Amino acid sequence: MKPHLVIAALLAASPALAQTPQLTVYTYDSFLSEWGPGPAIKQAFETECGCVLNLVGAGDGAALLGRLKLEGARSDADIVLGLDTGLISAARETGLFVAHTIETDLDLPLEWNDPLFLPYDWGYFAFVGNRGEAHSTSFRELAESEQKIVIQDPRSSTPGLGLLMWVKSVFGDEAEEIWAALADNIVTVTPGWSEAYGLFLEGEADLVLSYTTSPAYHLIAEEDDSKVALPFSEGHYMQIEVAGKLAATDQPELADQFLRFMLGDAFQSVIPTTNWMYPVVLPDGGLPDGFSTLIQPETAILAPIDQAGALRDLALDEWLRALSR
Amino acid sequence: MPGPSDWAALRFTVLQALLSALFSVVLAVPVARALARRRFRGRGLLVTLMGAPFILPVIVAVLGLLAVFGRAGIVNQALGGIGLPPVQIYGLHGVVLAHVFFNLPLATRFLLQGWQGIPSERFRLAASLGFGPSDVFRQLEMPMLRTTLPGAAMVIFAICLSSFAVALTLGGGPRATTVELAIYQAFRFDFDLGRAAVLAVIQMAVVTVAALLAFRFGHINGFGRGLDRPFRRWEAEVWHLRILDALALVCAALFLLIPLAAVIWRGLPGLLDLPVQVWRAAIVSVVMALSSTLFAIILALCLAYLALARHRTEAIALIGVAVSPLVIGTGLFLLINPFSDPARWAFVLTSLVNALAALPFALRVLVPALRDIVRDYGPLADSLGMSGLSRLRLLVLPRLRRPLGFSAGLAAALSMGDLGVIALFADPERATLPLEILRLMGAYRMDTAAGAGLLLLAISLFLFWTFDRGGRRDVEA
Repeated sequence: MKPHLVIAALLAASPALAQTPQLTVYTYDSFLSEWGPGPAIKQAFETECGCVLNLVGAGDGAALLGRLKLEGARSDADIVLGLDTGLISAARETGLFVAHTIETDLDLPLEWNDPLFLPYDWGYFAFVGNRGEAHSTSFRELAESEQKIVIQDPRSSTPGLGLLMWVKSVFGDEAEEIWAALADNIVTVTPGWSEAYGLFLEGEADLVLSYTTSPAYHLIAEEDDSKVALPFSEGHYMQIEVAGKLAATDQPELADQFLRFMLGDAFQSVIPTTNWMYPVVLPDGGLPDGFSTLIQPETAILAPIDQAGALRDLALDEWLRALSR
Repeated sequence: MPGPSDWAALRFTVLQALLSALFSVVLAVPVARALARRRFRGRGLLVTLMGAPFILPVIVAVLGLLAVFGRAGIVNQALGGIGLPPVQIYGLHGVVLAHVFFNLPLATRFLLQGWQGIPSERFRLAASLGFGPSDVFRQLEMPMLRTTLPGAAMVIFAICLSSFAVALTLGGGPRATTVELAIYQAFRFDFDLGRAAVLAVIQMAVVTVAALLAFRFGHINGFGRGLDRPFRRWEAEVWHLRILDALALVCAALFLLIPLAAVIWRGLPGLLDLPVQVWRAAIVSVVMALSSTLFAIILALCLAYLALARHRTEAIALIGVAVSPLVIGTGLFLLINPFSDPARWAFVLTSLVNALAALPFALRVLVPALRDIVRDYGPLADSLGMSGLSRLRLLVLPRLRRPLGFSAGLAAALSMGDLGVIALFADPERATLPLEILRLMGAYRMDTAAGAGLLLLAISLFLFWTFDRGGRRDVEA
């Protein structure tokens, strides 16, 4: 192509670009992958807003927050989507987020009224095993059993951190004791969820730390009903994933529009079978069929968001002590 | 400042890396010797296949290993079948086992090159002098090993130093905490960049010390020039050495190839219906591997020349392999972010970082070969007035063809298999194959991921084989 043609093409293209507003959303990698909710959500929102939705990936939730801290107020991001309850207090401390203006009516097991962050999906952590085996019904029973489990390291993995907070919330000062008792059940500790789940599927352990919704994947995508999540009498720790609007956004209206869209049907209805989590607003068509077979924990546990940081550091020290013996 | 838990992590990191390097090079000696002095059908294929563990994405290789040594693996099923208690792979021994699995092939190739560096005229001379196997070992092989072993051990030590997923997954728990994991913790938990940087510097310091030690003990000891003719090793044609060599080869092949067979077996069903995104990612990865190879070869040649003058230059290259991708990625991000969107540069940066990761291996084979060329043929070339490009084209490149082919193959294969820094600023349109495997696993699609893992293995091996063969054309090796 001749140089002047290139320039002409650029000139012709640039006004069009300038007219189309762009919204940049930072999210974790698995959200925007082909197997995640990203592609469907991008298409639906762009049809609605007449804008361009840029989904930018950055590792996982913790990496996302790290990236934001690196960029500070100069960040291109208008929205950050994919922080979870364990990261909210750290995210708030950055001072980079601004209050949203969205009225909410959420289907969550507990009340939500955070001024900065809006949930978009949630789930319960649970141990997942094979149907038909004799399974424990509590942490104490598990610790006394011969069942082998594979878990994730809280220092590098979100579910690993969830388990740490789960045990700490249930057992308080006795958490270290429980970990010491669990030590002989733990086959190994993996860096992330994928490795642990892969090991479990290969038969390396009887149980893996995952979500109550994991069996739904096998049921819906593979027509395999052999996986079950274990209901624990102590209750189940929750993970709530949230999004927030950045104070430095140059598209505040569009950002609000996205947050409203996030709680609408087009977004919420793709969550169950892409992120394999519960939607925060029940879609018009209800939940997919397989979800009705999942266990429904009677007690939902979540550490108070403001104390999560301090509790986490304490719990990590106990975890390290108990498992390094 | 680093605390007691960091020092514990450092102790474990150094211990496992030392043991892994030691076992890898010691076990490689009989295997490389057998390959050096035996000619048999399928030898070339065996050499290529044995290199496969090194280029697999870590998690794919670990699942292959577990199919053999895991709780439900072949070994434990066999033990259970004859009424013996199961063996447990998780622990320090499991970490070392996995690292030997990854690095034994590499050590074997380094040593094999050492053996091939002994001119065949020397063996002829030894044969005519009536040397027995022990004389040949003392006079020819031992001096070669003294120069080759420390360097090979050093490279493997450096690789194992930044081991993260293997050490944690097979280490069995926080006892197996490595410095790399401590860096992760500093980033993710505390967002303490200063602490992460201190830990990264400690990691680099350990590699530098190891490199200096290796150079100190890796004497330079030339064999003089030869005519590169292949040669039959008369002294080794005795039955007990034949059995010994066969045993070494069979053991190594079983150890390396059975887990590989498990990877293939697991991947075959998924390979048949891979989604289009996986194929697209495969194309991205191949393009990246090729550009990475180009970077690596140019850099390696330049550094190899520098290393001739100051041979400690080679230590610089080790830093690239010993420093965590997390640190490199964050550093690059901080450098680029003020000027441009890092995601725009993800492709170039990842190929460059992958090229850096291949440098230590390339240099390990290029530097000794280049040194020999300069020493043995330099005076002749000088007297012929051969200089500049013609010297490079007529003397250096043809004689470097074998190590260059090997380096290019390794660089291509490593770049194919390495996640690199792309995960830190990924672009949804241009995922590489390892990133796509990670995404598939993260989305429960383990069977498809296994299929994609097999595709990756096939492409990596093909690239490696093509480059390596290209380098070994016309030469019986």
